[in-house]
Amino acid sequence: MSRTDIGPPDFREMLPPVIKENYGKWKYHEIVKPGVLKHVSESGAELYSVRVGSPRLVSIDFIREICDLADEFCDGYLRFTSRHNVEFLVSKKENVEPLLDALKEKGLPVGGTGNSLSNMIHTQGWIHCHTPATDASGIVKAVMDDLYEHFVNMDLPAKLRISLACCLNMCGAVHCSDIAILGIHRTPPRIDHERLPKVCEIPTVIASCPTAAIKPDPKRKSVKVNEERCMYCGNCYTMCPAMEIIDAENDGIAILVGGKVSNARTAPAFSRLAIPYLPNNPPRWPEVTEAVRNIVEVWAANAKKGERVGEWIQRIGWENFFKLTGIPFTDKHIDDFIFSVPTFRTTTNFKW
Amino acid sequence: MKEHKTPLLDELEKGPWPSFVKEMKRAAEKNESAKDLLGQLELSYQDKKGHWKHGGIVGVRGYGGGVIGRYSDCPEQFPNVAEFHTIRVNQPSGWYYNTKALRKICDIWEKRGSGLTNFHGSTGDIILLGTKTDELQPTFDELSDAGFDLGGSGSDLRTPSTCAGPARCEYACFDNLDLCHDLTMTYQDEIHRPMWPYKFKIKISGCPNDCVASIARADLSIIGTWRDSLRIDQEEVKKYAASGMDIKGEVCEPCPTKALEFDEDAGELRLKAEDCVRCMHCINRMPKALRPGVERGATILIGGKATILQSAFLSWVIVPFMKMEPPYQELKDLLERIWEWWDENGKTRERIGELIYRKGMGNFLRAVGLPAVPQMVYQPRANPYIFWQPDEVKKK
Repeated sequence: MSRTDIGPPDFREMLPPVIKENYGKWKYHEIVKPGVLKHVSESGAELYSVRVGSPRLVSIDFIREICDLADEFCDGYLRFTSRHNVEFLVSKKENVEPLLDALKEKGLPVGGTGNSLSNMIHTQGWIHCHTPATDASGIVKAVMDDLYEHFVNMDLPAKLRISLACCLNMCGAVHCSDIAILGIHRTPPRIDHERLPKVCEIPTVIASCPTAAIKPDPKRKSVKVNEERCMYCGNCYTMCPAMEIIDAENDGIAILVGGKVSNARTAPAFSRLAIPYLPNNPPRWPEVTEAVRNIVEVWAANAKKGERVGEWIQRIGWENFFKLTGIPFTDKHIDDFIFSVPTFRTTTNFKW
Repeated sequence: MKEHKTPLLDELEKGPWPSFVKEMKRAAEKNESAKDLLGQLELSYQDKKGHWKHGGIVGVRGYGGGVIGRYSDCPEQFPNVAEFHTIRVNQPSGWYYNTKALRKICDIWEKRGSGLTNFHGSTGDIILLGTKTDELQPTFDELSDAGFDLGGSGSDLRTPSTCAGPARCEYACFDNLDLCHDLTMTYQDEIHRPMWPYKFKIKISGCPNDCVASIARADLSIIGTWRDSLRIDQEEVKKYAASGMDIKGEVCEPCPTKALEFDEDAGELRLKAEDCVRCMHCINRMPKALRPGVERGATILIGGKATILQSAFLSWVIVPFMKMEPPYQELKDLLERIWEWWDENGKTRERIGELIYRKGMGNFLRAVGLPAVPQMVYQPRANPYIFWQPDEVKKK
């Protein structure tokens, strides 16, 4: 009989000796070059971290390969970042260059530090999710290929955090990213009246709707949907599989911009709608990669040193954001959900 | 076993970024499920829709969470992913590993599952992607023998996660790795047995840079900070100036409260400590010269979540400063009062932030016994619709 509730391994067993000796005593760090951090302790000890991009969806062969590298160059220690990068923890300075050579040979990109694009956090998409409006890994691969130079170089005005969620459930923090790529549905749920009473609790389905668009349909022992009120969030489908919302013809992608989570300079902020809809075009989603590149390039060309996307937009104004990027402003950009009022302009101060 | 042609996915083997399709193909060389997963994903790329059925509850003995049931909607075509369940494995604090531990997981997953993983999932767990129902219990048993346990899923405490912390970062304002481990061990029952209105996430960041995005996605966000003045090493300031850094432009001007001034003649950085809001900008720019203060702890915030259902919320400040020292009793007492109130008042699938929004922050604060302080708001209310409490007015 296996033991339950043992919890995760104690992180203290996973730390290299240089960390154990200097735990809580790190004094400062430098970015030696893109992807290579050097932390210096009050004792004078040094630790190098080599940050490497990963596709997140990896085979055990990949894990074994990075273990081989960690055994060879890091005495068997490594970690992962909150954005799915691998970080090799190198205690011996002389091992840094050989590790970089070995990574180059394997085609693994080193970068993601300082003023660069970090790895994209993302969700499961078509690989493993049951409610997705788009894929995740495929778009991430296409966007990271396209913006690769900004991962391996620190040539941007500030950090750039791009994230993807394959539906509005948003597993992960995409709603507070410099650029958020979000899978959306655009049509109301299709009700399977035969199946619904057998597999769903009707009060729960009704309660699941944020706009009260779902009402009981006692005749059919089912529900009906006021389609004019439906905002296609898919929450009813999550609660009830007989409310099919996936629609291959109409599902697609929205792009939101200007969010952040860090408290540095400005308060954490939500990303806001830039592009309401782009089509799903696998395998490389050209409309999405082009739209993202456009926003990145306009920001990089116009922002001051150190300005995140949202800080740049706050300075120039949303009017100018739409003008500079050439993205059309439409009625879709004006909020009509529950917290809309504070987003309406209540001053004569604006820009042309 | 049929080889699937994957012309669309093959396109995603091209380009400089590491390819997940290559990873899937590596796994498919040794594993029939991984092979059929490739085939089914190719079909999704053709059809522009997912091919997983909705729902399906599976699990291991004694647990209610930790496993996500998944079944193909086209099992005739792809029989080896007819059942393809995911196992969430609780990661060590800060995602630090030795290779011995990682290799154990690989060996178990080679024998028991598809050989495909996520390092890591959005909640922080190691995701073992895809196995059959019969393999779930043996996989768990072997993981347990190897020292690993499952994480949370469903209406329970989700696997707490935290940033690199004092093991590798000079900014950490408390031992966030220890706190994450301690909370995870204390609340094993809450992680493994769903018994709440909905999910509850705890994310812990060692400093206001918030590298784990706790403010955006955690129901309870714990963010390290300090209460005294940040520390300045004027010698290092001089060195940054000598290296050509534009201290006035890069450090002082972006300071949100203009608390910093650079005296170019003296080569000194002057701080109006009472104006500093501890945002980290200057420290991020000059890590050799500036450091957090010494009276350290954390700000506790509540209610962060993504859009569904009642819009997205960023977490709200409820305790501006709390000391963070083992056994973290003050924090645990507060957490338990919060859970009790949420459990009693929350509707099915109502996150704590939504409940607070529905019931009012005043009710929440009174229920969990927290005093109202100005740090909780940007500005006071503009409307006069005040709920007076019975003991605050005279009864007729």
